[in-house]
Amino acid sequence: MPGLGVTFGRGAATSFQQDLANSDCVLIMGSNMAEAHPVGFRFPMKAREKGGTLIHVDPHFSRTSAMCNLYVPIRAGTDIAFLGGVIRYVIENERWFKEYVLHYTNAATLVGAKFRDTEEDNFRGLFDGYKESSHHYEAGTKAWHYQGEPGSNRTNTPASIGAESWSERLANMDNPTPPSDPTLQHPRCVFQILKKHYSRYTPEKVAEICGCSPDAVIQVAETLCQNSGPERTSAIVYAVGWTQHTIGVQIIRAAGILQGLLGNMGRPGGGIMAMRGHASIQGSTDIPTLYNLLPGYIPQPATVRRHETLKDYLEQEKVENGVWAKFPTYMISLLKAWYGEAATKQNGFGFNWLPKIDDNYSQLPYVHKMAQGEVTGYFILGQNPAGGNPNARLARKALRELDWLVMMDWFETETASYWYKDPDGIDPKKVKTEIFFFPAAIVAEKEGSFTNTQRLVQWHDKALDPPDDCRSDSWFVYQLGVRLKALYAGSRAARDQGLLNLTWDYGRDGAATLPDGSNSRIEGEPDVSKVLREINGYHVDSREQLTGYDELKADGSTACGCWIYSGVFPSKDFNHARSRERTAGNYVDPKWAWAWPKNIRMLYNRASADPEGKPWSERKKYVWWDEEKGAWTGSDTPDFPTSKKPSYRPTSHSHGMEAIAGDAPFILKPDGRIWLFAPAGVKDGPLPAHYEPFESPVGNLLYRQQSDPAVKEYPSKLNRLSRPADPHFPIVATTYRLTEHYLSGPMSRFNSWLNELQPEMFAELSPELAAEKGIANGDWITVWNERTAIDVRALVTPRIRPLFVEGRQLHQICVPFHWGYAGERVGAIANDLTSLLTDPNVSMHEAKAFVCNIRKGKHSKRRVIAPLPFQPWRNQSEIPDTPPAAQPEGHALRPDDAPKLESRPESNARTGAPAHRRP
Amino acid sequence: MLTFFKSAEAPAPQPATGFFTDTTLCIGCKACEVACKQWNQLPADGFDWAATSYDNTHCLSGSTWRHVAFVEQMPAANLNGGHSTSGAGSPGDLASNGSGDYTAGAPYQGVTHLTDASASGAAGQVARWLMMSDVCKHCEQAPCEEACPTGAILYNEFHNVYVQQDICNGCGYCVSACPFGVLSRTESDGRAHKCTLCYDRQRDGLTPACAKACPTASIQFGPVDELRQRARRRVGELQGRGEQRAYLYGDQAAGEYSALNAFFLLTERPEAYNLPAAPRRPRASLGANYLFGALTGLALLAFSAWSAGKGNSGNQEAA
Amino acid sequence: MSQAPFSPQSAAKHSRLRGAVAVDSICPYCAVGCSQKVYVKGGKIIDIEGNAESPINEGTLCPKGANTFQLAANPHRITRVRYRAPYSDHWEEKPLEWALDRVARRLKQTRDREYREKNKKGEVINALTSVGCLGGATLDNEENYLMKKLFGGGLGMVSIENQARI
Repeated sequence: MPGLGVTFGRGAATSFQQDLANSDCVLIMGSNMAEAHPVGFRFPMKAREKGGTLIHVDPHFSRTSAMCNLYVPIRAGTDIAFLGGVIRYVIENERWFKEYVLHYTNAATLVGAKFRDTEEDNFRGLFDGYKESSHHYEAGTKAWHYQGEPGSNRTNTPASIGAESWSERLANMDNPTPPSDPTLQHPRCVFQILKKHYSRYTPEKVAEICGCSPDAVIQVAETLCQNSGPERTSAIVYAVGWTQHTIGVQIIRAAGILQGLLGNMGRPGGGIMAMRGHASIQGSTDIPTLYNLLPGYIPQPATVRRHETLKDYLEQEKVENGVWAKFPTYMISLLKAWYGEAATKQNGFGFNWLPKIDDNYSQLPYVHKMAQGEVTGYFILGQNPAGGNPNARLARKALRELDWLVMMDWFETETASYWYKDPDGIDPKKVKTEIFFFPAAIVAEKEGSFTNTQRLVQWHDKALDPPDDCRSDSWFVYQLGVRLKALYAGSRAARDQGLLNLTWDYGRDGAATLPDGSNSRIEGEPDVSKVLREINGYHVDSREQLTGYDELKADGSTACGCWIYSGVFPSKDFNHARSRERTAGNYVDPKWAWAWPKNIRMLYNRASADPEGKPWSERKKYVWWDEEKGAWTGSDTPDFPTSKKPSYRPTSHSHGMEAIAGDAPFILKPDGRIWLFAPAGVKDGPLPAHYEPFESPVGNLLYRQQSDPAVKEYPSKLNRLSRPADPHFPIVATTYRLTEHYLSGPMSRFNSWLNELQPEMFAELSPELAAEKGIANGDWITVWNERTAIDVRALVTPRIRPLFVEGRQLHQICVPFHWGYAGERVGAIANDLTSLLTDPNVSMHEAKAFVCNIRKGKHSKRRVIAPLPFQPWRNQSEIPDTPPAAQPEGHALRPDDAPKLESRPESNARTGAPAHRRP
Repeated sequence: MLTFFKSAEAPAPQPATGFFTDTTLCIGCKACEVACKQWNQLPADGFDWAATSYDNTHCLSGSTWRHVAFVEQMPAANLNGGHSTSGAGSPGDLASNGSGDYTAGAPYQGVTHLTDASASGAAGQVARWLMMSDVCKHCEQAPCEEACPTGAILYNEFHNVYVQQDICNGCGYCVSACPFGVLSRTESDGRAHKCTLCYDRQRDGLTPACAKACPTASIQFGPVDELRQRARRRVGELQGRGEQRAYLYGDQAAGEYSALNAFFLLTERPEAYNLPAAPRRPRASLGANYLFGALTGLALLAFSAWSAGKGNSGNQEAA
Repeated sequence: MSQAPFSPQSAAKHSRLRGAVAVDSICPYCAVGCSQKVYVKGGKIIDIEGNAESPINEGTLCPKGANTFQLAANPHRITRVRYRAPYSDHWEEKPLEWALDRVARRLKQTRDREYREKNKKGEVINALTSVGCLGGATLDNEENYLMKKLFGGGLGMVSIENQARI
């Protein structure tokens, strides 16, 4: 998550959803919040009802747009141009929040003399250090560093690998007070560089790129300016509409720059809310099922950096200042948690049992490897790559190359049936894969914790046992571990010692009781509260729980599975994530579950007070310095050392948290400030620049460089890409979500109550495009591009409109991505059209902007897959232990001995239409 | 079932309850539809994609007791030639709408659509995508109750219109009596079904499933007197913010029709949401119908004996 | 106005939640984090609705959350292990223990053959790069932790992924 991480310090939503109700303005961009997060959208709605302004800037007029005060349609993938226009407006009109910017951002910091911007060399569109031959910036380019920063002789990760490293991200920067010019006049201070960089993002130019009006840019900018400052705050909400681009990280960076300039970070009603898609996607980033991270954003050891031994690793990853300065305590405590007594000082706490990465093993590049036959076996737990991956056809081909596949899910998803149901017409007799499908427990049938989009860790209890052979995923992984340990028992091979020494004591102490008092029938279910206790961490000797990560030691005396979660289980019998207590008079509700880090609900909240520690205004009071108590106080846990005075200043000898000044709220950055300009940490430039989507019908109107210069392509027969302005594919396509479905459909297309609300795959197009192609509303149409062709229904709607871009009319279509060939309702897979290519920072694909063409009628070559049979709900059985009078009313609908009258569809009294057409 | 002949003691009357559905807060999520189906264990009606905005449930039915209507009112795009991206003259169109257009509260419900500024384009116009969760109106004087010959339909102690499934014989008189098309018989059992206002939940002091689930408080449940007061305040508030179109539908009796205990705040004429502007109450014209029926009967009798039987069925078609 | 009499069923009407056990849960869909109450009676889930106490959802749910019940009680749900042999055109139902044992052996066999101390360049990797794991964003933190710990820390697998990257 470098977009937010590089700018502010932590790669997570900076605030909590409830706080959006305090916003005076909410800019929703790259998010269809009302549809994808309807319950979270309650809070922007509350802001609107209190008189706030909601703005939606999006290619697709959705239910979110309908709820906003302002809507601006833009061409998909031009968000940086639009935000750049807003940033320019804020700077040119001197509307930035001066005191905030001067103290809390790096606006005044001087950048090294070698720095060259995109404007130079006749608007080349590239920063310094670009290697034309290999299409990436030199690793750790020193040209972007602050003045006087020597850089480091430590190794740097080559750009071809997306691995994370904090020391690299923080530019190996050791000086907490880099040279600066508080007058902001120096030509190489960040502010002047920023001003120059965005000087050509005029409303007219932005309008020409985005297809909106120049006034739209001005009005959005002006609205944000009017709703920012000491008395007012604006928030920005985004989701995968920003991330699923080759420039996704840079779009988020642009939003960070804007919020920094407007002074909206760390303040009530402000911040940047990343609205994440899955119940615990934040948790699976914090406690990562990610190849390049260990729990708590600790970098996975890698061959590309000097990581031979633990000592080398700690030296390489050393960060001098801020929270990361205590990195060795986090890492060694993790090794103690994993390898227990076997982790000793002598063996580097088992460091060499961890695998080292030597390539990009993130999901999408791994699919590419798989399709080349380089992968033997695969586990898939609760994910659906055969329908949900970009270029899902390629993903299905990749799965067919596996020797074995182990799946765990609730239904026979696309991924479970790719070997016989693929619409491309696959002969199962030619698919070699041995497949195991384990039926999974649903959430109500297991206990554990989810981390939601606002870093809130919430425990869910187990209501009852799962049916038959359904099991929790933790049962599966735990039991697999038990069996593997038995299979390897006695091995003396060095490679097996990590497994044999792995602490794996999660068995239950006694029988598990269900909430209704009965005993669980499931054998071998691990006690997952033991797992969360280990994640929280404990003192090795006493086995006492840690109360927070400040207690961690680097000598092996503490064990902690994920340092940022330390405090979630602060004593043996207190699971804070399970706490369900409201706090009257405090909307922060600190006793409702637990948020990482340290139960802080709003990150960087030191910035809600001015440099002297006083609230910027009474209206926006949140956390402030209490001189009498000598402590920070307020509605939330201060995200700052509690007793550090606002006037505290580090010396050049200061180290660790001592190096963070009393007026530097961004305590994960070595200089404690928002990085408007990122001297390191982003692989495609220190400032966001407008690049076209990789597939685009238009040229770059700002720079000679067409698209992101460091994109990684994966060429193959199934993964062809269109070059810019391909005349065969003049239409821009973007994918989006509907309220009624979920992702690629495994959790919604087996559900009749949701299927009836959105039963069919369609594409939304404008009446103008429909007229041009002779398409009527409801017609079958073919959508095709370089990858494949799909058949969908046409939903012709004036909500979609052609745009004027580069002086000509340009059409966009919007394609929901919820359908596939499995389930009770089937339909074309939008992701068969999208491509596999990855952005340079996080290996993310570009599903939100690609090109296609459409025509009336179906494409004949596709196999029609029959849906699962419709299962009417009226077969539901009686509610146990409940008298007839309290049975659900709907049970009365079942046929019984009631007098049968003539059975014909009732006519609807008003419309004359049949009351219902049934299948 | 023999229960037909039995009756039980009527529970003590409670304050009348109902729904206030404020369409200016509806985000069209359809949580109400699913929460209703879940609580009442109603089957899906089938899968019929209608290409009508996002409405695929079409209307209320015997097994769909909440239905969200979608009304798209978008400014027409005007993208003919003459468009200038250089801004020469064109931004003026938006400005002519008043550059203060965007300020909060100025078109309240409805989005200022900041699109291209073509010569006579739609820039700055107000786009609306109206959404309304429809439901049984629980009329104060319900024609279905009046039409029901078996006593299956009654007012329960909350003054909600309730169809007693153990009494209903599926005659269908209520179906044609309802001017809103709320009631219909299901194919499976032939009886009439509709929203019960979660009678079972109310008995235990629980909020009806749809109102509880509604994320944005577009559906509000409570004592109907309180709801009416709140709704009137809300209309005033909205009008104060510049939303002159806000009004209440069914808040009071109008013409021959009674007030509705499930009433609506709308910002467009009722027909736009497929609601009748002036619902008819068959009994209100019963006298005339009888007279008409009798005269017709006599007249027809003169010509044909079989046609006489049709004479007094007029009220079935009155809706 | 004459009022029809109450039938015995109407007179006796009440909520089916009487006598049910309420269990605190979290909605399995998006990352908003709505709290749910799962009502259990006679060993069955009889209702799932929003938890009114939650500061996030205050009892409300979206259509997907409101439909959580249908994930549990679903006619399409698979409740037995399915096995598909190589080149086979059908599923077979298998005992859970058999399948788990076989997966463990299959994994060990692959690992013993394909684990590498060094890569082609001669760099120490101590890794099994040819077996991967996908999933986690829909799972519990504890499950993610166990996966990362066993597959990564124990077996040396590298591609442990869920594509959570924003």
